[in-house]
Amino acid sequence: MEIGPYFLLATLEGAVTAAVLALTAVGLSLVFGVMRVVNIAHGEFFMLGAVIAWWVAQAVGGHPALGFAAALVIAPLIVGGLAAAADMTILKRLDYDPERTIVATIGLLYVIQQVTLMTYGPEARPVEAPFGTRLAIPWIEHAEGGWRLYWPWGLSTTSYKLAVMAAAAAVLLGVWALMARTRIGLVMRATQMDRGMALAFGIPVERVYALVFGLGAGLAALAAVLIVPIRQAHYLMGADPLLLSFIVVIIGGLGSLPGTVVAAVLIGLSDGIISVFFSPTLAKIIATLLVALVLVFRPQGLFGTRAA
Amino acid sequence: MLELDGISAGYGRAQVLRELSLTVETGEILCLLGRNGAGKTTTMLATMGLLPLTAGAVRLDGREISRLPAHMVPRAGLGYVPQGRRLFADLTVAQNLEIGLRARRSGPETLEEVLTLFPRLRDRYQQRAQTLSGGEQQMLATARALCLRPKALLLDEPTEGLQPSMIEAIRRVIVQMRETGVAVLMVEQRVDAVLSVADRVTFIENGQARESLSAEALRRDHALVERYVGV
Repeated sequence: MEIGPYFLLATLEGAVTAAVLALTAVGLSLVFGVMRVVNIAHGEFFMLGAVIAWWVAQAVGGHPALGFAAALVIAPLIVGGLAAAADMTILKRLDYDPERTIVATIGLLYVIQQVTLMTYGPEARPVEAPFGTRLAIPWIEHAEGGWRLYWPWGLSTTSYKLAVMAAAAAVLLGVWALMARTRIGLVMRATQMDRGMALAFGIPVERVYALVFGLGAGLAALAAVLIVPIRQAHYLMGADPLLLSFIVVIIGGLGSLPGTVVAAVLIGLSDGIISVFFSPTLAKIIATLLVALVLVFRPQGLFGTRAA
Repeated sequence: MLELDGISAGYGRAQVLRELSLTVETGEILCLLGRNGAGKTTTMLATMGLLPLTAGAVRLDGREISRLPAHMVPRAGLGYVPQGRRLFADLTVAQNLEIGLRARRSGPETLEEVLTLFPRLRDRYQQRAQTLSGGEQQMLATARALCLRPKALLLDEPTEGLQPSMIEAIRRVIVQMRETGVAVLMVEQRVDAVLSVADRVTFIENGQARESLSAEALRRDHALVERYVGV
């Protein structure tokens, strides 16, 4: 097989990574943007989403689509609820002090991780995809007598992977509409711009914070439910999404939703392509290098606005 | 009637207000005068519940609003025009006003009244707040507070850095609010601006309210101004 089909395959794999990454990173970005909280436990909310998805799928049984559909609803709700509770019981008591919330969310990371290890165990477990028709992709080649289509061996994707991309795009559009078009979005943006003035105009900032923290964690959990039929649920699976989310959020500009999505596509695709042609480690090295360059030459991120 | 009854407040360990007491009657403009650091803005923040009180109470028409959580204070009928305006900069004029309207569920007729007071804002309705001129921003900050249909209005240096025509526009609205029975508490640095609008003046020094006298008396005798504000 020539390079073209390989490249297409790598791009498709990268696009799945990008879709899931965009959801996770938007959650992180939302929490930082509105609350100014650097949530180190974000990756663990992702992991919890996957683990709860496995549990729900086990409990429901029957056709895999049933369990998956239930997980798609239940896992983000449970994780979002847990996060909102963590906000009200822990972060609120620290007055959202930037340094102390970092330490607190590091603590939260270990608590969630170890509780999962003690209950769910160290195994990696899959959730069956609700559907997964293999779709062969044609490629064109030049043979004697002109161009012709053929189906290279191994060049394929599944209907499920395409559905992940579509679902991620739909959810991201939903988040954008929520922020830009609804009253609750208006309240969140006002809180983000000036917390004191939000209070002075009757906005219940504490409730907004609990909602935003829950929403951010719920997005991570939703991303994990989408990916768990492709990659398995494991108690240590939160580290990579956390690192990549931070990379994406820094490159895109903290608190900027469009920037986060663009950076997620960039990092997800390059991660997929470089991982296939070279090595996953090199992909991480390049992504981290990109962060360093962005921080040196454009500290506010590609789409961020410089603080006045 | 807005009543500050022996309130103390501060930042961390630094106490700024020391049992400060004052009252603003309905339909009265009370002006706070004092040097930088005397505690004028702190008085505003503490009244709004944005700084916790360590002693004392704030009452609005007899109701103790200092016991309420901060976001319930404006809902009791307290409108705030902060120093430096502090608009929601990325939101449009319409959205800034909507947040003001939502605080006490004011209807569209309130919005209509406010836009009649500041017709300039109608022209800028869909523009983002940060693209407005300084005077227009001050109009918006004032309009946003009026959207609450406040019983008491707190204004922190509303004419700071504005050109005379804008100062006049803001002054007219403040006087109009007094006519409708709003209790107005105002911080202002420029003595001449104070004397042209205030009914009463209270001097603040070291976080305490010192003398309180009518603007009339102050116009006749400038000596007190020199003592509390002069350099």
